[in-house]
This record gives sequence, C-alpha cells and structure tokens, in this order.
Amino acid sequence: MGDTTRSPRDRHARAGLAFTLPFMALFAAVFVAPLLYALYLSLFRERLVGGREFVGLEHYVEGLQDEAFLGGVGRVALFVAVQVPVMLGLALVLALVLDSGRVRFARLFRVGIFVPYAVPTVIAALMWGFLYGRDFGPIADVANRLGVPAPNLLGADTLLWSIANVTTWTFTGFNMIVLLTALRGIAPEVYEAAALDGAGAVRTALHVKLPLLRPALLLCTVFSVIGAFQLFAEPRIFFTMAPQVIGKDFTPNLYVFNLAFSDHRLNYAAALSFLLGAVVFVVSFVVMHLSRRPATRG
Amino acid sequence: MRDTERHTTGRRCALLSVAGLCVVLAVVACGGRGGGAVKGPVDVAAALRQPATITVWTWMPGTPEAVKMFRRAYPHIKVKVEHVGQGPPHYQKLRTALKAGRGLPDVVHMELQYIPSFLLTESLLDMTPYLPPEFLEGYPEWIRRQVNVDGGIYGVPWDTGPVGLIYRRDLLEQANIRTPIETWDEFADAAIAYHKANPDSYLVNMPGGQMGQWLALFWQAGARPFSSDPRNLKVELTDPRIKRVTAFWDRLYAAGAVSHDPDFSDAWYQGFARGRYAGWVSAAWGPVLLEDFTRNSKGRWRAQALPQWRRGEHVSGNWGGSTLAVLKGTEHPAVATEFARWILSEQEPVEMFAFDRYLFPARTAMLNNPRWLDRTYPFYGSQAVDRVFADMNDAVDTTWEWPPILEYVATEGDAILGKSVERGAGATAALQQWQDAVVEYAEQQGLEVAGR
Repeated sequence: MGDTTRSPRDRHARAGLAFTLPFMALFAAVFVAPLLYALYLSLFRERLVGGREFVGLEHYVEGLQDEAFLGGVGRVALFVAVQVPVMLGLALVLALVLDSGRVRFARLFRVGIFVPYAVPTVIAALMWGFLYGRDFGPIADVANRLGVPAPNLLGADTLLWSIANVTTWTFTGFNMIVLLTALRGIAPEVYEAAALDGAGAVRTALHVKLPLLRPALLLCTVFSVIGAFQLFAEPRIFFTMAPQVIGKDFTPNLYVFNLAFSDHRLNYAAALSFLLGAVVFVVSFVVMHLSRRPATRG
Repeated sequence: MRDTERHTTGRRCALLSVAGLCVVLAVVACGGRGGGAVKGPVDVAAALRQPATITVWTWMPGTPEAVKMFRRAYPHIKVKVEHVGQGPPHYQKLRTALKAGRGLPDVVHMELQYIPSFLLTESLLDMTPYLPPEFLEGYPEWIRRQVNVDGGIYGVPWDTGPVGLIYRRDLLEQANIRTPIETWDEFADAAIAYHKANPDSYLVNMPGGQMGQWLALFWQAGARPFSSDPRNLKVELTDPRIKRVTAFWDRLYAAGAVSHDPDFSDAWYQGFARGRYAGWVSAAWGPVLLEDFTRNSKGRWRAQALPQWRRGEHVSGNWGGSTLAVLKGTEHPAVATEFARWILSEQEPVEMFAFDRYLFPARTAMLNNPRWLDRTYPFYGSQAVDRVFADMNDAVDTTWEWPPILEYVATEGDAILGKSVERGAGATAALQQWQDAVVEYAEQQGLEVAGR
C-alpha cells in the first residue's frame, strides 16, 4: 500500500473528477442550490404586512394538518393505485405481444404506440379535453346518436379518471419500449432451454419472460409513481374546462403552485414541496421493498 | 401647485367625511406611503426631452398603434410593449418580477380590482406629482375613486365594465318573454318560463366560480363587503345584501332554470353559438366579445339595462376594467406617467381605442361623445349598444372598494362557490366558508381585520 500504487489511481481519480466536473457544476447550480434555497425559505414566514420571521418547522406542522394538501395527496394516491397497474399491465401485454414475433408490422405498431409520448403533455391534455367535451366532443356525439345522455367526463366524480386516461395514453408507449428493450436483452439460450423443455409461447411469456422482466417493471413502477405524485400539467389544463372541479388543490403540486403564485405564500409552498418530496420518497421505497420481496425468496 | 394639492385633498376629505374620518385620512394622505406627493412640482416636459426607453406590460390590443401616436409626439422616447399574459398569468409574472426585483416594466396594465393589492406590497407609484392638476376631473366619480386610493393616484383609467344584460331577442320572443326585463323578479319568472319552453336552453348561464360577475352583482345590490385599508380590513361576505343575490340565483339553480357551466371555456363559447344560452349578464366589454364567436346569430342579439331589485331603480355594478399604472421602481417616473396619461387621455389614441378597438371608454368626454354613443351594431340589430352600457356606467355606485388581498379573495371564492354550486348545494351555503377562509388568510398575512 505504498505511494507507488496510489499515484496512478490518483491520476485516474483526478481525470474522473475533471470529466464529471461539468455535470457536477450544473447539478449543483440548477438542482442542489435551488433545493437548499427552498429548504431555507421553508423555515421562514414572509407576510404581506410585517415582513419576515424565522418559524422553524412550523410550516411543516401546518402542512401535515392541511386538509387541502392531504386531500390532494390522497387523490393522487388513489390515482396511483388504479392508473399505474392499468398502464403497466397494458404496456406489459403490448410488449409481450410485440416481442412474440407473431405480429405483422410490429415496427409500425411499436412506433404508433410510442408516438403519444412525443406529444407534449399540455397538448395531450388540451386534445383530450376537446374529445371529452360534452357539447361538441366525439364521445358526446356517439352518445347523442345512440340516444343516451352524454357522460360528463369533466365532472367531480369522473375527472380524476379522465386525467388517468390521458396519462395512460401518453405513457403506455414509453413503458412498453422500456419493457421491450428489457425483453430484447434476454439471452436467446434461455428461450432455447424453455423450448427444449416444451414450453409454448404463452408459457414462455408467463414463466420465463415475466420473471426476467422484474427489474424493468420495478423501474417503470417507480417512475410512474413519482410522475403521478407530481401531476400538474393535466389538472392545470383541465382547470380551464372544469375549474369548479379542479379548484386550487386538486393535486399537491397544483396546490403548491397556487400557494406560491396566487396566495403569496412562497415559504409555505416550499415546505409543502419538501413534504411532497418526502411522501414520494416513502412511497417509492415501499414500492421497491414490496416488489423485491418475492425475488429474494426465489 | 401647493394650492391645488391642498384643494384636492380638501375635496377628497369632503367626500369621505361622511365616515367621519377626514382628520385621520388627511394625516395618512400626507405622511403615508408613497411619499411622492410632497415632492412638489416636477418638470415633466424637461424629462420628456431626454432620450429614454420605457417598457410596458399589457395585453390590450391597439397598444402598438397608440405607441406610434405617442412617438410622433415624443420622438425621444422609445417604448417597448410586452404581452406577458392576460389576467392572472400577467399578475403572476409581475409578482415574480417584483419579488426578484429585476426584469420589471415601467408601466403596467393594472385592472381596477388589483390596485389596492399592489399598493399593499408598495409596488405602485403615486402618479400625482407627474400628472396635470385636476387630472381626475376628466372621469366619472366612481372611476375616479377606484384609482384614487389612500390619497394618491395609482392608475390612469383605460376601460371599464359596467354590467348590463344581453339576450337573443328571437329566442325570447318565441318563448313569449317580454323585453326589456326590468326587475330581478321578472328575470326569475322569465328564466323559468324560458327553460320550460326550451328544455335544451337557458335564459342565462351563471357559473358558481366567476367572482368578477358575482362581485358586480353584489355591488349592484348595495353590499360593500370589503375595505381597501389593510389596517382596518372589512370582510363581510355573509352580508344580507350578498345573501339576497346568492339566494336569488340558488332558487334558479334549484329549479334547473339557469345553467352553471364554467365560463370563458370552449364549451361555453360553443354554448352561445349553439343557442344553449339565450342571454348573458355581461359587462360593457361583453357585446363585442360575444360577436366574435357567435357569428351565426348575427342581428338577433339585443342589449338592455341590468334588471333592478326595485322597479324604477337605476343601479349597476362593474365587472372588469383596467388602468395603466407605473411601478415604483421605475427610473423614469415622469416619462412613464406621461406615457400612460398621453395614450389614455389624448383625443387621438382615446378615439382609436373606442372606435377601432371597441374598448369601453373611461373618460367622461368620450362617454359623452355623440358619435360614439350613436354608433350602431349590426350584430345587435343596429342597436346603439354603447348607449345602453354608457347608461349603466352612470348607474355604477361610487362607494365600492376592493380588498388588498384580491388574488386570494377571488381565487378562493371561485373555488369555494364554484364547487358548492356544482355539488348542488348552492352559493349561499358557501359564503360562510369563504368568509372564514378570507379572514384567516388576512390575519395570517399580518392584516388587521375590522371587528376582530
């Protein structure tokens, strides 16, 4: 362990540092610094009259009792519980079907299903808003032709699921591509072995591909959960169509935005952002933990 | 100069002495915020001979033309016009820039209702020293009092929105409804009868979450729920006169006689085009806006006075309307003020806004201009629509004040009343919750709420 062995390693370390420096600098400037600043802000209270004072964790305590915030968290939790399994189930089935090699024009389908992901969220929400429209949307049109009342897809009971539909439409393709890529990474020998053992296409899918997809599925789940807790653009766009349902606090992120920009409560908004971050962290951790358990058994 | 100043303050006190606050106000007016008022005469003309560049944030169409006119008068001054959003996004950007202290315009579009809120954050310049004496004499009293807050002048009035009623004459005639509808009682009967005759259509749509419209109706009914004074903030959202208005609409909601779709959405525009709504309780800027998206019913619309609570009365409220204000941080207070004054009070740009851009004028001279009053609108069966709303403008009560926390009051009201009406619980039931939320917020923000 003399000096002779350390110096080349040092040189490597220095080179590595030099290579990562641009990233680190940017990361510190646009991610770490704002985060620390937000943390700092969250510990103060600035009033319209009377200026600024240090309040410590008061905003965090308030956040934990804030019905608007907790209601929003509950709403997105429900969203996660329903939308994420549906979307990933869909993505999984599509990936397995496309991977089976039995679909004609597989490439076309793959691109077609992926295309919605390339549509900006705002555009997607606007477009679906038109489709949902009760007076002129095609859904209402079909209902009218059938002589049944058009469903109110922007109502208090339905809007969350209308948003779920938009996110499913947008992100199924992305998740499918991730799963498809994972499937392509499976060694052909595994399939050969399965075929030799007499497994058909369905059996191979269920008992060979699915277990091997577990890490990719886990990744997709965690991404989707984080994305859902950060829902903002869709409810913000739907606000113009159904303000009486969305209000100021439909999702936690929307609530934080309104607190900061219409209620002048920047400090409280900063605290809620951290609370939301904590919620996302805990939920992601739980998801990972739950999905790992069977794997360790096997 | 000094004399005029004292004179103006004296008159202002005469107006307010009703409340017995004259002495207090005089002291506040002289020593209070702004401080600019005691600066004495300012040589505006000299400032305008120096080259300067000012930035203006506004969404008002026609501004570039007005700027061209201004530059013919003052070639040394460069004016940059920036459209940063309309309504709430505009104010959000302004708040953000104020917080950052950078990227601020000199002159800013400021709706009447926002003036006390931006005064509370000490963002607006008192324009008095840079304006000609007696400048506000050129405006109707109610408008004067909207910009003349706390002893200073914080905006040059641009346009306003006295409220009236516009309706489809053909549809109402088919339903045998007599027009004009003179009282709210007649209006309620008409709404019920109309919907019975046309199950797919409503006399009007009244969204639960449109505070601009609600507050204008409260204004008409004589309620004064707010004061602008942060040290003695009045919040009376459960006032009987407010409940009278909300209960009136609740009855029509319950009868299914009026719809409560969110307004200014695509579905709402379509609703007019499709005849789902046969009328609109609208402000003076409404008729021209409506024209843009209901071309298919050209010639069938009419405008009339707002229905009254008592027959023979003549009272209205205001919904919308704006000013140009100058921000306190500007390096060119004289130039910025003169720009606002020039494009909003000189004859050439004022006529351009009124005639070419159909803006409802704020200046008395324009409101009395016979050529403008007699202008007919083919869309409204060649009716002189501006005359109807000019008449409503005379009927706007002068004593309404806006709260200094308008953004919260309005967005919270939109959410609370909007949800309650959507749920079928009506607007009246939501007033207490709105009141409590506003009071809690005001106290949390360090304001002193009256009676607490």
